[in-house]
Parts: sequence; C-alpha cells; structure tokens
Amino acid sequence: MAAALTVDCHKTFPGRFTVAAQLTLPLDPPRVLILFGPSGSGKTTLLRCLAGLEWPEEGRIQFASTTWIDAASNIRLSPQARRIGYMPQDYALFPTHTVAGNIEYGLSDLPTEARRERVRELIGLLELQGLEQVKPAQLSGGQQQRVALARAIARRPQLLLLDEPLSALDAPTRAKLCSELRMLLKQLAIPAVVVTHDWAEALTLGDIIAVMSAGQILHVGAPQEVFSRPANAEVAQIVGIETVVQGHVVENDNGLATVLVNGTRLKGLGADVSGTAVYVCIRAEDVLLEQAGSGVTSARNHLSGLVTEMLPQGVLVKVTVDCGFPLRAVITRGAREELGLETGSVVVAAIKAGAVHLVPRSA
Amino acid sequence: MNWIAIAVTFKLALLTATVLLVIGLPIAYWLTFSKWRWKFIVESVVALPLVLPPTVLGFYILVAIGPHSPVGRFYSDLVGHPLPFTFEGLLLASILYSLPFAVQPFAAAFEQVDRRLIEASWTLGVSKLKTFFRLIVPLSTAGLITGAVLSFAHTLGEFGVVLMVGGNIEGETRTVSIDIYDEVQALNYAGAAKTALLLLAVSYGVLLLVYAMNRKVWVVWPQR
Repeated sequence: MAAALTVDCHKTFPGRFTVAAQLTLPLDPPRVLILFGPSGSGKTTLLRCLAGLEWPEEGRIQFASTTWIDAASNIRLSPQARRIGYMPQDYALFPTHTVAGNIEYGLSDLPTEARRERVRELIGLLELQGLEQVKPAQLSGGQQQRVALARAIARRPQLLLLDEPLSALDAPTRAKLCSELRMLLKQLAIPAVVVTHDWAEALTLGDIIAVMSAGQILHVGAPQEVFSRPANAEVAQIVGIETVVQGHVVENDNGLATVLVNGTRLKGLGADVSGTAVYVCIRAEDVLLEQAGSGVTSARNHLSGLVTEMLPQGVLVKVTVDCGFPLRAVITRGAREELGLETGSVVVAAIKAGAVHLVPRSA
Repeated sequence: MNWIAIAVTFKLALLTATVLLVIGLPIAYWLTFSKWRWKFIVESVVALPLVLPPTVLGFYILVAIGPHSPVGRFYSDLVGHPLPFTFEGLLLASILYSLPFAVQPFAAAFEQVDRRLIEASWTLGVSKLKTFFRLIVPLSTAGLITGAVLSFAHTLGEFGVVLMVGGNIEGETRTVSIDIYDEVQALNYAGAAKTALLLLAVSYGVLLLVYAMNRKVWVVWPQR
C-alpha cells in the first residue's frame, strides 16, 4: 500500500455540532488537499485533530506507517511528536520574539550554526530580508503571514497544515500572496492540508478538494470536478460556481484577458493572472440566454451553442449549453417558455467580462 | 528602632517570596490549564488564607507541626529540635499564609496568555515544560513580579500567624509587627510610631511598584 494520510475522525462538541469525517490523502507525490466549506462546517476542527490539538473521541488518524490517534487502542501522539508545520488562522506569532526568533523557535535541537543557516535560508526564501530583528507587531499582514509560513516549514515538517492562510489579508494582497503560496507549496513538495472558504483560493492552491458541510465531507475530487460536477445539490450550493473549465490566456490587456477554452474565445477579468493556465469560473446566474441573432448588448461574450440538458429546480431551470465547453445557466420557467427552449435548441449565451473569473492553476 | 526585628522580617519576607515563586508557578500553571472538573476544590483551598483569621490558620499550622503530629515528630527527629517557635516554622507558616497572594496573580497572568500561541509552540515540537519557560513565563513577567512583590509585602505585615506559630523570640521570630505591638503595650508610642512609619513606607513603595508596572494584571480574584 502506498503511503497515505488516512483520517477517520469523530468529534462531538456537546450542544453544537459533530464532526464525522473520513478522508485519504496519498502522500506520494505530495499533494495539496483543500478542506473547503462554509464557516462552522468543521474544517478547522478536522485540521486541529490532524495537528494533535483536538482529540476525537472515536476514530483513527494514520500518517504513512505511524498512528497519530487511535481511540480504540488509546494511542495519542502529541503535537510535538508529529513533525508537522501548523499555521493557525491569525498566525499566532510569538509577540516576545523577533522575526528571526519566531522562525528559529522550533529549531532549538539544531547546533547554533546550522540553526542560523536555516533561518538565513528561510528569510531568503520568503523575502523577509532586513526584518530579522523586528517584532511581529510592527509587520504588515502579508509579512506576518510569510513569517508564520517560515516558522511552520523551518523544521522541514512531513505535513503542512494551514488554516485560512490568506483570510487575514486585504483583498489585493490576498490575490498576490495566493499565487505566491501556490508556487511555494509546489517548490517545497510537502503534503499539505489547507482550510479555506474562498473558492478562488481552493482552485488556485488545491490538487484535491474535500467539500465539508455540517461536520461531514460531502465530496472529494479534483478541483474542476468538484466545482463543475458536484456530487449532489448540497455540494453544488456550497461551491456556488457551476461552470469551471480549463483555459489558456492568449492576451492580457490591463487585466481584461482573452482566454481560449477548447477553441472558444472568452473575455474575462483576472488582475493577477500570471502565466497562461487558468480556470475559467462562471456562476450560472451570471449567464444570460438570448435567441440567436438578437441585438447588441454590453456583454463582452456572446457564445452560441446547443442546449444539451435542462433540469427544473423549483421556479428555475438549470440549462447546460454546449458552446465548446459545457456552460451552465439558470433561467426562470417563464423565460424558458418565451425562448421556447428545448434540448437541442440553439441559443446565445451572453456573459459580461466581469462575470468571467480567471483563477491561476498549475499547468 | 528594633533593627534586629527589621532584619528578621525582611529575611522572612524575602525567603517567603522566593519559595512562593518556585512552588507557586507549578500550582498556578495547574490551576490555569487543568481541565479536571473538581479543580475548584483546590482553587478554594489555595484561596483560604485570604478569608481565614490568621489565628485560625496559625492554630492549625501549630498543631500540624507540633510534637504530637507525625510531621512535627519527623522534623524534630531529623533536625534535633521541634519546628514551632523557630524561624523555619515561621517561614513555613508564612508560605502557606501568602500562597494566594502569589498564586492568584500568577494564574491571572497565565490566563491572559493566548492559547493559540501555546499550541503553536507545541506544534513546533517544543515540549510543554520548555513552552512554559520559553513562552509563557516571558509573556507573564508582569504577573510574576506582581505575585512575588505582593507575597513579600504581605509577609512584611503579618501578625496573627507569627504570634501563633513563631511566638516572640528576639532575633528568631520577633518581626516588625510584633515589635510595634510590644512597644505600644509598653506605652512607648514614639518607638512604635517610627517602626510603623517604616512599615507603611515600605508597603506603600512596594504597592506603587506593582501598580505602576502593570495596572491590568493584578486582580484580587482572577476573572474567569
């Protein structure tokens, strides 16, 4: 059996909720697993069980050949013994220590020279030069995040656990650091579990996404699969993005990018699209369906295609249009009758460029 | 002024504060971080000297260390003289009497330390003991100094316990407060006034230090 992290975890918070999650993450090659879900869905609790900071009352966590927790045989490996890199949501930097002091905090078993060398290396890797002797309170949010990352990876952990690594940052910084974090995770090649409630982060960082709700894991799969083919209606509602397809940026004019998706050209917004491989994400409610050959609108994208599927959902109908890629739209029943839509009809889908979200992905 | 009594008092207060710093830290750590459901029983015991009349506390200590108790017999067999009415006996009584004045500020300071910092330290492979000295103590210095200073100041002024356990032996157990009482009994008000003023000045100075250093840390009872 290949090395894997297997989790079967049952933890009850009396009067609040129960986390009951099963999960397997193969460790070779190292992958990034995203725990994705709304707040209160138990993502952080599951991460804390992995860190050894919460003890599930039932279940088992096995990392490769080491058992971390086994409630049945009363095995409880302390957080100290797990060799993990854990980054809590607000970073928990030690206010009494400098940047260098924070980074070398976990390295006290190394000889002085090796410790200094490792700190220098990490300061360089995370571009913290000049801040070695500064206390965390004087750092910006982005700098604090990088210090926390440096501290978490300093001991060369065998598993990295990141709780909402970017949520404490303002939006522009977040987009920039998200791409940086993705490159760093690839470079480090350490298996990682990342908690997030932001779908763009999940798509950017994740190799595998586990969708959580009310303490349960509802769907585990590749990002594109989870987003565009959710296992059930609940997952679909949580992810909230009905169309996720792979594309390539062919032109970027000051943030208005032209993307090629399976032969179809689309205009979309991606301020920080570095590289060409992207996920194109479109919400179904942002797609307008019109009859072929009708007038000019302000929408930048007009894609004609064939209706391949129609699913009634209450007063709404979910329509899938094949315009080089499956595009999902929701319209009302009345609109469907006016347009006379049937499976096989030709329609034009209009999407504003601002509704076409481009998220960088690993090529 | 009775300089011998002053010397005895300061020696007693200094030793009491030092011993309480050593034994108070583990007690306060346990009181802060233990999840034991009956923890409040221990908390109440630690706080007892705050409300108990010193004579009552002194009486029980006297009985506990006297020649009729196993503890007292063991001590006199070991050292060759009984514990009551000696400096060591007085020190033991002072430690018990000032215990809450050290433990409660310690515990209040530990309570203020963000648990997430402690957890972060654990996940970095640092043991609970090392986390205590490398992280919790530096973050609680104000509370630790407060506890030590308060137990020092409290010991300076103790009277009932000293009288019960220590007696009134010159150079051994006669403290400043007993000396003041003796002076007043002998109608030597001028002598009493000088010593009283000294005690007032030292106590006030010590409290000034505590409050100036950190007004937020010291609460008489740690808020939960």
